[in-house]
Amino acid sequence: MTWTRLSNVLLPATVVFVSVVTLLLLAGTNPWDPLRVIVEGSIGWPPFEEGSARKVGDTFMLWVPIALASAGLIVTFNAGMWNIGIEGQIIMGAIAAAWVAREVSAPRPLLVFLTILAGAVGGMLWGLLVGLLRTAGGVNEIFGGLGLDFVALSLTTYLIIGPWARSGVASTSGTDPFPDEALLPSLANSKLSLLAVGITVLALVGVWILFRGTLYGLRLKAVGRNRPSSFLLGIPTNRYLLGAFMICGALAGIAGTSQATGFHFKLIPAISGGFGFLAILVVLLARFRPIWVVPISFFFAMVAVGSPGLSLRLDLHGSLGGVLQGVLVLSAMLGLGWAAYLARRRLIAGGTSST
Amino acid sequence: MSGLFNAFVDMFDTATIASIVAGASALLFATMGETISEKAGVINLSVDGSMMLAALAGFVVAFETDTVWLGFPAAAAVGVAVALLIAFANIKLSLNQVAVGFVLFALCTELSRFLGNGYVGRPPVGVPAWGIPGLKSIPFLGPVMFDHNVVVYLAYLTVIATYLFMYRTRRGLELQGIGERPEAAHSRGIAVNKMRYLYTALGGALIGIGGAAFSLDVKLGWADRPTRNLGWIVLAIVIFGGWHPLRAAFGVLLFGALQAYAIKLVPEFPSLSQVLPSIPFPAMILVLVIVNWKALLKWLDRYPFLRAILRSDPPTAIGTRFEIN
Repeated sequence: MTWTRLSNVLLPATVVFVSVVTLLLLAGTNPWDPLRVIVEGSIGWPPFEEGSARKVGDTFMLWVPIALASAGLIVTFNAGMWNIGIEGQIIMGAIAAAWVAREVSAPRPLLVFLTILAGAVGGMLWGLLVGLLRTAGGVNEIFGGLGLDFVALSLTTYLIIGPWARSGVASTSGTDPFPDEALLPSLANSKLSLLAVGITVLALVGVWILFRGTLYGLRLKAVGRNRPSSFLLGIPTNRYLLGAFMICGALAGIAGTSQATGFHFKLIPAISGGFGFLAILVVLLARFRPIWVVPISFFFAMVAVGSPGLSLRLDLHGSLGGVLQGVLVLSAMLGLGWAAYLARRRLIAGGTSST
Repeated sequence: MSGLFNAFVDMFDTATIASIVAGASALLFATMGETISEKAGVINLSVDGSMMLAALAGFVVAFETDTVWLGFPAAAAVGVAVALLIAFANIKLSLNQVAVGFVLFALCTELSRFLGNGYVGRPPVGVPAWGIPGLKSIPFLGPVMFDHNVVVYLAYLTVIATYLFMYRTRRGLELQGIGERPEAAHSRGIAVNKMRYLYTALGGALIGIGGAAFSLDVKLGWADRPTRNLGWIVLAIVIFGGWHPLRAAFGVLLFGALQAYAIKLVPEFPSLSQVLPSIPFPAMILVLVIVNWKALLKWLDRYPFLRAILRSDPPTAIGTRFEIN
């Protein structure tokens, strides 16, 4: 029995390790160098040494959107929904926050609160739209969401070169920077905002509690596992699905706010940074558990911050970081699936020999 | 407003229609591939990534060997490998098709960027033009249909062959069976899972060939993520096409027309020059939304003919595993 449990962990881990090392060897580098460059470029070496405050701040501020989006995705995944529309929800959150930052003038604490609120509402409404298409229109959430991703992306580009164009030259490099009062408060010499980190931790804890200790979470899970039965048991399934999309959208919207007012300080075309799709990988790797989201999304944020250094230091293309993430998630999935397959076979073999 | 109208009229000149047809080959191959795969019950969600990686493989092999035709089998091989991995993960390891497909989409996209980095901007290798003698001099139809190259003609043939195979042969009936009622197919002596491997691989090969058709014919050469978002459009068109090859082919042409129209409008609305080319993507998905709208379908039920044209019912067992008890 212990052997079985051990192999359930060891087998996937070995598969992951072997595939990552093979990949790096195939890329023509010793496997250690790229990892060192990524660690050095994102949190410094030795970790968190003096003078690496800027890098560490960047890493944390990318951890925030990835982890927030992952927290939201745990909710929709538990409801049995593939929220590919999360990219659009992040973008709409960023747009809503940018709108408040540009148009509203208020004392800083109030304004920051308003940008976060606007981001949450923007993302929530965009998520609700995916949900409505699914429940009222019968449109598969993958495609409704994808369509709304494209719409949000086009809208950003339109705003940046159109109504919100930078004074003087309109270019796709982004809008004018937001006024200082609208920016997330950060520590000196870095972008690190304890407020954003705090909200993220709260969101993860909230999602954990949602599925550990509340009736709402339990029912949401039931809806995800078996919609027809839940409906027959009297759960208003459509309302629960919409609720899941709204929670996820709100969290994604705050992620977008953090991207706009906490990292780029302006609206840029690629404001989501692809972190919505990245968060899907995080959640698949974390197997829908909020606690595992914390380290995994931190590692993914490190890769995102440290990868550009690969081309400077090792003459490797920066996309190696993305390849690494993909290989990691794929080999973990296949490894776990394989271990489960072996366990099932043992069970069957054991069953037949005892009878 | 007159600009809108003029651009619309321009759409119907022979050269524009010919260019829409010529540009459709990559999407035609890929949608046929995805239709076959989904018809058998396996969703290959990786299209956007596997098509891109296949496009790279096709270009690299054609470039290195200086033989354009060798690019196509190489691309097909990439498509087959990815498709088989999804089928294996689902059938053998009982992992979720959509999850594995999504991860492979992300991985293949990044791999194509990583491996293709050295090939950005290399001189392109293209399929030579070859008008079909005789047919190409038919007025209108000739230049529109028969004055392209072999890849485009093969794309037509693939569509027709897919249709005939699915709806006019015994094997095609079996293919529908394993996607609709795998238990029934099994009890009729069809090896459901073996067939699923086969058809997913075949679908993957066509998706791969679609990728090669893109980098060797539609838009020559290699750039960072050249086929970006086309794979998602393929998935949307398969649904729009109601898992029917001919309707899917119509969807491909509709998307091509939208793209051509959007580009024609750029001179009229210079301020939207960055936005217009990306409009067909949300537009296509909106069309999909309308076609799927439950209320609309209910209304259509009163008009069986329209319903038959517009309905879009997925294979019953799509996305599920089949296990022999």
